Amino acid sequence: MKDIHSFLCSPAESTHRHGPNDRIVMSSRVRLARNLRESAFPGWAKKPERVKVWETIQPAVSALPEMADSFAEAMDNLTALDKQILVERHLISREHAAKNVGSGVVLNHDETFCVMINEEDHLRMQALRPGFQIREAWQAVDRLDSGLEKKLNFAFDNELGYLTACPTNLGTGIRVSAMLHLPGLVLAEQINPIVQSVNKLGLAVRGLYGEGTEALGNVFQVSNQMTLGESEMVIVERLEKVMAQIIEHEENARQTLLEKKPKVVFNHIGRAYGVLANAHSISSKETMNLLSLMRLGVDLELFPGAHRGLIDELFLMTQPAHLQKSLSDKLSAEERDLVRADMVRDRLKNVSRPVTKPPGSAAN
Amino acid sequence: MSAKKICSVCKEKPATVFLTNISADNKVQAMDLCDDCAKAKGVNDPASFAMADLMLGLGAAQGLDTAAGGTELKCPRCGFSQADFKKSGRLGCPECYRTFAEGLSGLLKTMHKGVRHVGKAPEALRQTRENVDRLKTLQKKLAKAVEEENYEAAAALRDEIKSMSSPSTAKTPR
Repeated sequence: MKDIHSFLCSPAESTHRHGPNDRIVMSSRVRLARNLRESAFPGWAKKPERVKVWETIQPAVSALPEMADSFAEAMDNLTALDKQILVERHLISREHAAKNVGSGVVLNHDETFCVMINEEDHLRMQALRPGFQIREAWQAVDRLDSGLEKKLNFAFDNELGYLTACPTNLGTGIRVSAMLHLPGLVLAEQINPIVQSVNKLGLAVRGLYGEGTEALGNVFQVSNQMTLGESEMVIVERLEKVMAQIIEHEENARQTLLEKKPKVVFNHIGRAYGVLANAHSISSKETMNLLSLMRLGVDLELFPGAHRGLIDELFLMTQPAHLQKSLSDKLSAEERDLVRADMVRDRLKNVSRPVTKPPGSAAN
Repeated sequence: MSAKKICSVCKEKPATVFLTNISADNKVQAMDLCDDCAKAKGVNDPASFAMADLMLGLGAAQGLDTAAGGTELKCPRCGFSQADFKKSGRLGCPECYRTFAEGLSGLLKTMHKGVRHVGKAPEALRQTRENVDRLKTLQKKLAKAVEEENYEAAAALRDEIKSMSSPSTAKTPR
């Protein structure tokens, strides 16, 4: 059997992918919820029924051409650390990581498709793309779904569409989302009104790991909430429009900050660099928040020669499970803080301290 | 029972935060939370993200409750009851959507853009689905034509409807 660690690509590979607008849009995702007509939903089904569903769906998913080079594993065969690594990569939800017998995951090598089986629904298939590519992600997951419906009998009602465990996902079963890095709007204190107006459009704004999580590292997840009564394409197009506007607001906020409050910007970024490059103990939360400011610094060309990929890689590598995975001994949280600081110092040793005047125009 | 209100999320600690949410259609939802749950749900935070979810989830359970008129409705296929829905905010199986259809319809209106699915359908059902849609449109047109005493058009529409009802295409989906 394949081992998940040898299957997963390295954090470097995972974080050095490029896509349109990836200065601000870290990744795009579209997921579809589907259920088998004849089975109870995972939250209500008894263990034997869940196992049967997993045994029906998993081979069908693995046999799809898109999943030619894929990894499939039941959740009960994954350690807590393995599961947490998948969460940190945004491949599975925290809810799915808590599942056990009868649930599982099928993912492909380049992390463009990941299918959760027996999460809240029998099937949660996701297409992931770097940068701002929600339309491409929708097209990809649409094809995956069309391939799968030939083999599985999905619960579909002519009036209500695809039937899901939670009525909030009914109809299209679609969730279109993107992860946006918005340090400019946060620093300019414009983030709350933006979040509120996005909410008014019926869209949700969440933190780094989805529902009920904090916006660590100034990363926000924007997604649709309504799934019934409009087509997938209408939803995708609305999100494209809204996200394009958020991107514009973020760019403007950065530009304005540089013009009106350059000292504030340089101070934040300089302090972030100072701590990251010199700390000997640092929590993952502090690391994420400071790396976010360094990422902004890279975008503003305050770190000539440094690449965003390095920052994104550190962002992933310093999270608890990834950090633990890179070590041979099981460490306590306090011990991890020391190792994390060592790693960050080491990786930043060739990055010189930020310049205070960006060369040329800063916010291109 | 003591006068102290208990948190409606953890059902343990005394509630200190009392929320009332009035939705666009003037439905009032009240919720009592303890400090910890309020914090966990981001209620004290003006940028409160989880708030809508929370309210939506709770409202859903209440909606179903009233719709069933207090009788314990159970899904004949999976045995799921409205009390189970109240607890989890999730349904038991695809059939539950028919079992609890009455209670759900009001809920879906508040949750979604519309109450009828628009968008992708499984290939195997797409043809029937399109036919049903077309039939509905034709019937509407026919009624209008009759009303306007445009009998020529009405006859044409009637023939078109008739032709659609040939056995090969007339299967009603389900």
